[in-house]
Amino acid sequence: MIKARVTVTLKNGVLDPQGKAIEGALGALGFDGIGQVRQGKVFDLQIETADKTKAEADLKAMCEKLLANTVIENYTISLA
Amino acid sequence: MKSAVVQLPGLNRDRDMIAALTKISGHKPVTVWQTETEIPDVDLIVIPGGFSYGDYLRCGAIAARMPVMQAIKVKADQGVKVLGVCNGFQILLEAGLLPGALMRNASLKFVCREVKLEIVNADTDFTRAYSNGQVIRSPVAHHDGNYFADAETLKAIEGNGQVVFRYAEGTNPNGSINDIAGVMNAKGNVLGMMPHPENLIEAAHGGSDGRGIFASALNVIAA
Repeated sequence: MIKARVTVTLKNGVLDPQGKAIEGALGALGFDGIGQVRQGKVFDLQIETADKTKAEADLKAMCEKLLANTVIENYTISLA
Repeated sequence: MKSAVVQLPGLNRDRDMIAALTKISGHKPVTVWQTETEIPDVDLIVIPGGFSYGDYLRCGAIAARMPVMQAIKVKADQGVKVLGVCNGFQILLEAGLLPGALMRNASLKFVCREVKLEIVNADTDFTRAYSNGQVIRSPVAHHDGNYFADAETLKAIEGNGQVVFRYAEGTNPNGSINDIAGVMNAKGNVLGMMPHPENLIEAAHGGSDGRGIFASALNVIAA
């Protein structure tokens, strides 16, 4: 079995209202010097295969087809 | 003119849409469930609003991968008119039938109110009943209606007349770029919009400003 983590983040230049709100809340809690907060998503997957190459190809397809909206989001894949 | 209304789990504006289409065209639309792989012979397919799949992952993301969307793509390619309202707009974007994306409202709040809509392009199959620059009333109700497109896409859709509606008179409720409230595809047969015209079609609603969109799409504009 292969364990994988997919991280989806907003592309540069895409407005992130939730990140902005978190940034403001952190400031209100007294955390100074925060330049920017960008919110993203993490997916942990377990794949029933021993074939890393196939798993990577499948994960890429999953990101392109569903996990990320590539109009506004980037993704990275890491295998454990 | 025959129409169809798509139904998916979590959509809740389907009955309003069926009522509007029935009242305006005089014919009850057929309903099409998400697992259908073929759509009956109709002139207009409508994806109504709601919260398909609980808005999980991204609004409309899971609905956009259901079999019925493949069937809609085939019909859209053939030139059949497709209208997506609210969640229906989100689904059309996620399915790649329209350019851009819808993000969380800039205020981070769900907005449920009336806005003013400018008809930016009245030369479409959906807006013939109006005139360019006309401002109409329309209800909105959404959490993720903040339209975004990259600079290149924005330039293209603005240049091609694909921006059909803009929030007018400072009523942009969600932070949409260029106040965009509705866009269509380059071919002009697929339209998505965040506002709910189906909820302003008769006196009981307090007005009928939204009626023209259905009257145009269904070719039943009163002389």
